[in-house]
Amino acid sequence: MSNVTMKVNGKPVSGEVEGRTLLSSFLREGLEMTGTHIGCDTSQCGACVVHVNGQAVKSCTMFALEAEGAEVTTIEGMANPDGSLSVLQQAFQDHHGLQCGFCTPGMVMSAAALLQDNPKPTEAEVRDYLEGNLCRCTGYHNIVKAIMAASGQDVAVAAE
Amino acid sequence: MYDFILERPTSLDAAVALLSDEDAQALGGGQTLIPTLKQRLAQPGRLVSLTAIPGIRGICRAEDGALCIGGTTPHGEVATGATAYPALADLAGNIGDPAVRSRGTIGGSLANNDPSACYPAAALASGATIVTNDRQIAADDYFQGMFTTALEEGEIITEVRFPVPEVANYQKFEQPASRFALVGVFVAKYPDGVRVAVTGASEEGVFRWTEAEAALSANFTADALDGLSAPADGMIGDLHGTPAYRAHLIGVLTKRAVAAAS
Ligand SMILES: Cc1cc2nc3c(=O)[nH]c(=O)nc-3n(C[C@H](O)[C@H](O)[C@H](O)COP(=O)(O)OP(=O)(O)OC[C@H]3O[C@@H](n4cnc5c(N)ncnc54)[C@H](O)[C@@H]3O)c2cc1C
Ligand code: FES
Ligand code: FES
Repeated sequence: MSNVTMKVNGKPVSGEVEGRTLLSSFLREGLEMTGTHIGCDTSQCGACVVHVNGQAVKSCTMFALEAEGAEVTTIEGMANPDGSLSVLQQAFQDHHGLQCGFCTPGMVMSAAALLQDNPKPTEAEVRDYLEGNLCRCTGYHNIVKAIMAASGQDVAVAAE
Repeated sequence: MYDFILERPTSLDAAVALLSDEDAQALGGGQTLIPTLKQRLAQPGRLVSLTAIPGIRGICRAEDGALCIGGTTPHGEVATGATAYPALADLAGNIGDPAVRSRGTIGGSLANNDPSACYPAAALASGATIVTNDRQIAADDYFQGMFTTALEEGEIITEVRFPVPEVANYQKFEQPASRFALVGVFVAKYPDGVRVAVTGASEEGVFRWTEAEAALSANFTADALDGLSAPADGMIGDLHGTPAYRAHLIGVLTKRAVAAAS
């Protein structure tokens, strides 16, 4: 076992992990932050996406020790400081961008990474960026609408 | 996954020393190795992460004009940073998905030499040089069949040097479930001739389609390929496509690449 220290959602955290401990396991089991979901555990579905030093990564395909000293952001860190939903989260609710909600943490984290790099994406860019995020419920249209709305754009384009 | 010790050396020498133990394996971005470990298809006692080593990540221009990409440079950084070689940037920007591109590295991709991977096509079509901790290997000598390369045990790819072509293009016919290439063709035109490398198709891994190279070196237009077809013999056959289908795609994608080359 080794000690790992990182910042998660701005707070310093540390814990004992094995070499093989995945970042996703450290977050969910070590820190009991279960907002980060494990859908496939084979780097296909994107339910486990978090940000490491500002970049979207699949936390099931990175070791906790590789995040030593990193700034990690999870879905638990996305709400506004007063606990209300962020613009992006509110857009998911307003546009029915979720049904069962299982994929949602990863969708929100991927969408946030996209909007950080590209604040006004086209619909095609949104769909392309979500290539690694699978949703079994919504058929994606409402997720795309939510992200277009969160970027302050007309959602009609994503309607059909 | 079996347990192992994860090392994060901060110098190339320390990484080379750790990898001299035959029970040790290099870890790049982990986008191929971690799924492999999860399936217990490998059991290293020690994983030596290369991503904390300074000086082997990033993009620069060599004096001879070649584009140099550090071995641990992630795909996403090549997609935005390889502006001097747009076809290469474009290829990197279409590997997997954004999260895979945040972590996966060029060195890991070339070391793995997956028969459906994208970078091997770029390296072979560009006549790139693979630089390791110990020597320089020409792409023509580097790829030795599916998942097989000229690398010795414990050898680390520190840089890849791409001569920049006049024009080039990569056409990837995506296998949508894996996001790898079902077939991919990279065409690069240099002053001394055209190189065409094909990935995803052959049971021998990435290869050069020399007939197309000869035709295109004489006349760089899609029409120059009329009547040429890649043989289905030795092509991969699986539930996604027969050998004949893959062979057909090679011709179609090569034409598209020539038409789109800029
Ligand atoms: C969902 C998904 C989709 C993908 N789609 C594509 C695609 O479309 N096209 C494509 O080409 N690839 C694709 N990949 C693979 C991806 O590009 C990997 O990043 C890449 O193949 C391996 O790079 P890595 O840095 O992650 O290496 P790792 O997984 O860390 O290592 C792979 C192998 O290389 C060795 N190694 C790593 N770095 C070095 C080095 N510098 N020197 C020597 N040996 C080294 C390791 O020991 C290991 O044997 C995809 C992967 C996933 C998970
Ligand atoms: S749980 Fe990580 S990609 Fe599916
Ligand atoms: S809302 Fe159920 S998987 Fe996306």
